[in-house]
Amino acid sequence: MNSIPQAHRIYAVTENFVSDRLARRRLRHGKERVIEFVLFLAACVSVATTIGIVVILLKESFIFFQQVSLWDFLTDTQWTPLFADAHYGILPLLSGTLVSSAVALLVAIPLGTIIAIYLSEFAPFSVREVAKPFLEMLGGVPTIVYGYFALLFVTPLLQKIFPGLPGFNLLSAGMVMGIMIIPYVSSVSEDAMRAVPMALREGSYAMGATRFQTATRVVTPAAFSGIAAAYILGISRAVGETMILAVAAGMQPNLTWNPMEPAATITAYIVQVALGDLPHGSLAYQTIFAAGLALALVTLFFNVLGHMLRKRFRQAY
Amino acid sequence: MAETAANIKKIRALIAAHKRWDLLFSLLGMLALMVGVLTFVALFGQMAVEGASRLSWDFFTNFPSRKPDQAGILSAWVGSTLVMLVTAATAVPLGVAAGIYLEEYAPRNWITDLIEINVTNLAGVPSIIYGLLALGLFVYGFGLGQSILTAGLTLGLLILPVVIVATREAIRAIPAAIREGAYALGATKWQTTADHILPYSLAGILTGVIIGMARAIGETAPVITIGALTFIAFLPSVPLTGDPPAGLFDWVMSPFTVMPIQMFNWTSRPEAAFHQNAAAAGLVLVVMTLSMNALAIYIRYRLRKNIKW
Repeated sequence: MNSIPQAHRIYAVTENFVSDRLARRRLRHGKERVIEFVLFLAACVSVATTIGIVVILLKESFIFFQQVSLWDFLTDTQWTPLFADAHYGILPLLSGTLVSSAVALLVAIPLGTIIAIYLSEFAPFSVREVAKPFLEMLGGVPTIVYGYFALLFVTPLLQKIFPGLPGFNLLSAGMVMGIMIIPYVSSVSEDAMRAVPMALREGSYAMGATRFQTATRVVTPAAFSGIAAAYILGISRAVGETMILAVAAGMQPNLTWNPMEPAATITAYIVQVALGDLPHGSLAYQTIFAAGLALALVTLFFNVLGHMLRKRFRQAY
Repeated sequence: MAETAANIKKIRALIAAHKRWDLLFSLLGMLALMVGVLTFVALFGQMAVEGASRLSWDFFTNFPSRKPDQAGILSAWVGSTLVMLVTAATAVPLGVAAGIYLEEYAPRNWITDLIEINVTNLAGVPSIIYGLLALGLFVYGFGLGQSILTAGLTLGLLILPVVIVATREAIRAIPAAIREGAYALGATKWQTTADHILPYSLAGILTGVIIGMARAIGETAPVITIGALTFIAFLPSVPLTGDPPAGLFDWVMSPFTVMPIQMFNWTSRPEAAFHQNAAAAGLVLVVMTLSMNALAIYIRYRLRKNIKW
């Protein structure tokens, strides 16, 4: 008589116990799912940023291209949106961008490559331990400081060598920009070279090659895809660089291929308009989005090129 | 016999010539490094010579002024500090959460691939494009105006890839045995992550955050693009003071200027006296960013030495 309620009670306790655990587990899982979803949303911010950039640039440029034809934008040789006789040709800004980038790359690519080969293949451990953080710091100096340096130190120095050099010019801005880009080129190239397996070097040394021969004929070709990616990274840095050019190259749009002249770049033009107080919505104001779109397309082109180079020359070890 | 000796001589000369190339390239490498060192020395030296005389207490406590010898960087460094607060509040939680998701949770599918491609690509987008995004979206789309909040959000998005990549690398360095141990004791994924993965990767994440902040503090272009003013002679309201008392977060909507913009403004004036101010402001800026970078490098160095899994 007595045992039934007893058993019943035990059963009830067990059931309670089990359902309690189950309930807790469900709660635990629910919390887990919520946390996972929140983390997922945070990861999606990067996608949202890209979409935001594309939508804003296209939307605002669309307003611009309703009033200025794409043909004029691409072929007109004058860029004077702020004048009464307004012309909207991107070519002068593009030439300034390309010339300054070319000067920067002429400085950054040879120096960056030599530094990368030196640090990866020649330098003793102690030199590398000091040089790498130093290069990192060189890349960490704010660009406005480089701009100041180009305008007030490098330009006066260059004027002693080329007496006719104007106070604003693409040459000094480009050279300083090149120095700024060296760390990007050298660190990515060096990583690529250090990823080349030791066996390749050992094979080369075993054949009697010297360090220099091994570095230039074995390691560099083997790491070519990575080095090319480093160059492309340098190019997109140069094309997108703003403050050095806004400070030291002048802000006059000038269709020229001569680095000794002052000229505006796409980025410098955007800064110039943003500094003035043009009313939001005016055509002159929309131009900065069209210029931004052109800049985004140029950098996109180089990024895709870098991606393709890497794919094409990738060697698997 | 004589012929062999001559041959050996020739071979030795050849070897010596090749070794000379080794030496030559070593010198060339040192020379290339020296170009970097010399530039840095010239840059720092020139600013120190020009600007040192302007570095005084007054320089830090004065507002910008038309008179160069009375101008200071008070509104600039206060603005920079407040913008950095908003930037950190945006980029750190978002970046760490995204890094954890990609490393610990993300399934292998096209959505994950899409997110990863986006993070890589965003790191290569010129900073001025972020400025245009902020101008279209935050300033006019959301109506946030040219405020500290807009600038902080913009720079937060700008350094997001840096924080994400640093978080992922720090997490990836943790051996799988740690996770397996936690799971074996019945911990859930989040318990494992919050109690083990996060604490162990903290130093690595911190390195990335500091490098990102050092970059954000020197960024000029996106902040100019959203329309930050160059001449600000007042400070944002301090919370809960004034009459009527300012709200706790009123300062985020205040107009502002930052250190690099102040320096840009002084650099682009023709008067040499303002260039001295620019040099002094640049000196402050460089010391700030370099000490942040040095701190990050030091933390990473300690980390590499101390952790043995």
